[in-house]
Amino acid sequence: MKGQGDAMRDTAPEEGYVTADGRKIGGVAMEMRNITLRFGGVVAIKDISFDIRWGEIRAIIGPNGAGKSSMLNVISGFYHPQEGDVIFKGYKRPKMRPYQVARMGIARTFQNIALFEGMSVLDNIMTGRLHHMKANLFQQALWWGRAQREEDENREQVEKIIDFLEIQHIRKTPVARLPYGLKKRVELARALAAEPSILLLDEPMAGMNVEEKEDMSRFILDVNDEFGTTTVLIEHDMGVVMDLSDRVVVMDYGKKIGDGTPDEVRTNEEVIKAYLGVAHE
Amino acid sequence: MSSTAVTSQSLDDLTSIPALLARNAKRYGLQTAYREKEFGIWQSWTWAETLAEVRALSLGFLALGMQRGDYVAIIGRNRPALYWSMVAAQSVGAIPVPLYQDAVAEEMAYVLDHCGARFVVCGDQEQVDKVLEVQETVKCIEEILYLDKRGMRKYDHSHMNWLDDVMREGRAAETRLGGELDKRSAALTLDDTCVMLYTSGTTGKPKGVVLSNRNIIVTSKNSSEFDKLRPGDEILAYLPMAWVGDFIFAIGQAYWTGFCVNCPESAQTMLTDLREIGPTYYFAPPRIFETMLTTVMIRMEDASPLKRRLFHHFMEHARKIGPRLLDGKPVGAGDKLKYALGNLLVYGPLKDTLGLRRIRVAYTAGEAIGPEIFDFYRALGINLKQLYGQTEASVFITQQPDGEVRSDTVGVPSPGVEVRIAENGEVFYRSPGTFESYYKNAESTASTKDAEGWVATGDAGFFEEATGHLRIIDRAKDVGKMADGGMFAPKYVENKLKFYPNILEAVVFGNNRDRCVAFINIDLGAVGSWAERNNIAYSSYQELASLKPVLDTIQEHVETVNESVAQDDMLSGCQIHRFLVLHKELDADDGEMTRTRKVRRRIVEEKFNDLIDALYGGKDSIYTETEVTYEDGRKGKLKATLEIRDAKVFGQVAAKVAAE
Repeated sequence: MKGQGDAMRDTAPEEGYVTADGRKIGGVAMEMRNITLRFGGVVAIKDISFDIRWGEIRAIIGPNGAGKSSMLNVISGFYHPQEGDVIFKGYKRPKMRPYQVARMGIARTFQNIALFEGMSVLDNIMTGRLHHMKANLFQQALWWGRAQREEDENREQVEKIIDFLEIQHIRKTPVARLPYGLKKRVELARALAAEPSILLLDEPMAGMNVEEKEDMSRFILDVNDEFGTTTVLIEHDMGVVMDLSDRVVVMDYGKKIGDGTPDEVRTNEEVIKAYLGVAHE
Repeated sequence: MSSTAVTSQSLDDLTSIPALLARNAKRYGLQTAYREKEFGIWQSWTWAETLAEVRALSLGFLALGMQRGDYVAIIGRNRPALYWSMVAAQSVGAIPVPLYQDAVAEEMAYVLDHCGARFVVCGDQEQVDKVLEVQETVKCIEEILYLDKRGMRKYDHSHMNWLDDVMREGRAAETRLGGELDKRSAALTLDDTCVMLYTSGTTGKPKGVVLSNRNIIVTSKNSSEFDKLRPGDEILAYLPMAWVGDFIFAIGQAYWTGFCVNCPESAQTMLTDLREIGPTYYFAPPRIFETMLTTVMIRMEDASPLKRRLFHHFMEHARKIGPRLLDGKPVGAGDKLKYALGNLLVYGPLKDTLGLRRIRVAYTAGEAIGPEIFDFYRALGINLKQLYGQTEASVFITQQPDGEVRSDTVGVPSPGVEVRIAENGEVFYRSPGTFESYYKNAESTASTKDAEGWVATGDAGFFEEATGHLRIIDRAKDVGKMADGGMFAPKYVENKLKFYPNILEAVVFGNNRDRCVAFINIDLGAVGSWAERNNIAYSSYQELASLKPVLDTIQEHVETVNESVAQDDMLSGCQIHRFLVLHKELDADDGEMTRTRKVRRRIVEEKFNDLIDALYGGKDSIYTETEVTYEDGRKGKLKATLEIRDAKVFGQVAAKVAAE
């Protein structure tokens, strides 16, 4: 980890703010500074800067191909921007592999469900605990000492999440047999099992019916409320985004065209033009 | 009454539930009293631990200022801590009032206001929210307690407490308040109120039924002895806590006998938990047995041909032999051997899957159960019996003794209960379990219970001369007359219809009319599975209910029922001439059913007035709009055009009788 030691502490965490419903939002957790991401000649993200504060629900919205998922992949360390810096907890983050980012407390869900279909819900969520397990191969194979102890501790944590997300009834069901809405919830459970400080959700409501969306919204709010998890989400459903998030970044063709509270974004003319269409009288 | 006097003497010091708890902690200290599945593991508490928990809770209640005679509302799903709250409230001399957890805020408001609850114990945030909403109009509520901490952090806690905190404070206050608690518990007598339960009420506002310690304890003693319940028995507590049956099974009998109460993890996991626990004593309304059987049958349809044939072959044998074996009647050696083989291959594994293998005694009540459903479980060797009871009787009025079980009777009077039939056919009873009064409702008390203690059940029935078993025909007030003077007993016909798996609910009309008509609700599970197997697409209940093949099937059922109703010369006028399949399921949220899922006939009649007119008017179809309430309280409108069908009726019985 070369960069971390020598990087100067970049930002002093500023004062947070208090939301309308009384949640306390902390200082800056992560800052994107002038990020530019290119794939060959294609520029996916053009010079974008914004910050994410501790405890807030931050949404990234934009039309198809605006670069939202690329942005999320930059945050999760899957893509490395050619220009610009990711400042995490006040330090410039060096180039990292995704698993290293995960160890730093960033977990994610995927737009297309990426679960182990043949495994049970319980086992799938247990995989989220992977980096909390320290037992070596020998101990694991013999099921002895640390391995056994860790399994118990991790199982307890997983059961708490199962309880929290109300999926007790499908604990032992293979994922392949579940309906779509529940699979999404299992994915959220797996991400939560990692006990992340920042949770990235890539289109958590895509393809859901109204009831499933309501459930998922409630869980996202509950997770934020109960564990204080900072949440970054990409979402198409504007109603959901505007209701859920504290602040919204709007992207279009790789550029940032708006940033602020849902109300500010809603009235931003550029946003209306690019994304919401022209306002009708 | 002499029998009461004898039993109350033999009760010694056991004059209250807290006294029973103290005895159990001494006598069965290390045996399991409660089990609850949490975080995927069954957590358990022995009787001694239960006593300690209840004591901590009682002291905590005292510290919060709970007075003798206070009413303590309890709202939530079945969980040990909520049962303990009831016993803890009793220990300090207060009266527990369990409420239906799925009641909407306004229903809850009436009850909370009527009993003047000072304390409300809630299961989780959902219930707390409802109580807070109610609190705007109901001013008597002083303290809210809750069990599940989730989502509760941001609430104003000046008059709100987490149950764990209450217990912690209670433990700390042992020296200060212990003496007061002992004094209050010791002062409880058999005549003090044990619990107050609100009846769901098919008509009008709910009434608070006051049940004394004597009612509960004597009834529990008698019924436990009747079925030879013993410590070490297991039950699964999953029915609403506000229902008298749950109070008798999970508190009355459990504390009297000292058996273990198991609480499921959540409503959805009930069937899994049932399988894991394998209760020995089980109660379920007919609907649950019906659903189980439907699931088994649907899954058998999908099984491999070999398994399917095995199943049907051995089930046929079981239907012949199983009930005889249960009743202890003589059975040939060959049949016995074949039954044993069937047990090995089919019945045993099936009972295991259903979680019913260890059952010694199972009861069903509340509604009539279809003979085929009943026989199915009896055939498997499950000792399923029927009982007849009501809240006002502390459940038991009649029940079936082992070896005298039939699907069409409800048994003989329970021990200590006297039953008589009035001139008009209404059933009256008198028993040690007979309720004290309706709370703040002397008028209703007087009209239900006479000076000698006889209570009108509101049901019409008769004793079979040969066996002495009681048979219930219908609600006495629903039994009416047809225009031609014949008897009109809608329930009798509805039950016959509901025995078909395809029909979930039926409502028959015809009082003071010249002929009967009916509304039908199809069973989405059974009919949906049929549609799936036949590649018939449908997108909603409404669409499925209007498909022609579905209507054809229902028509067949209706006509078969008509044929069988025609056999009964007293009721042959009740045949259904015309019917329609409703465009929505009858629902408690829309007020069409009670929370215990009994149809509210008058409300249905009013609400769907246009449909009834159409049925009698002779039209072929009718357009209708209905307001519905969604689970979150929003309202919407359902629009539909319903097809009305004519059914064949059979009128030859009278002629045949005349000819003979």
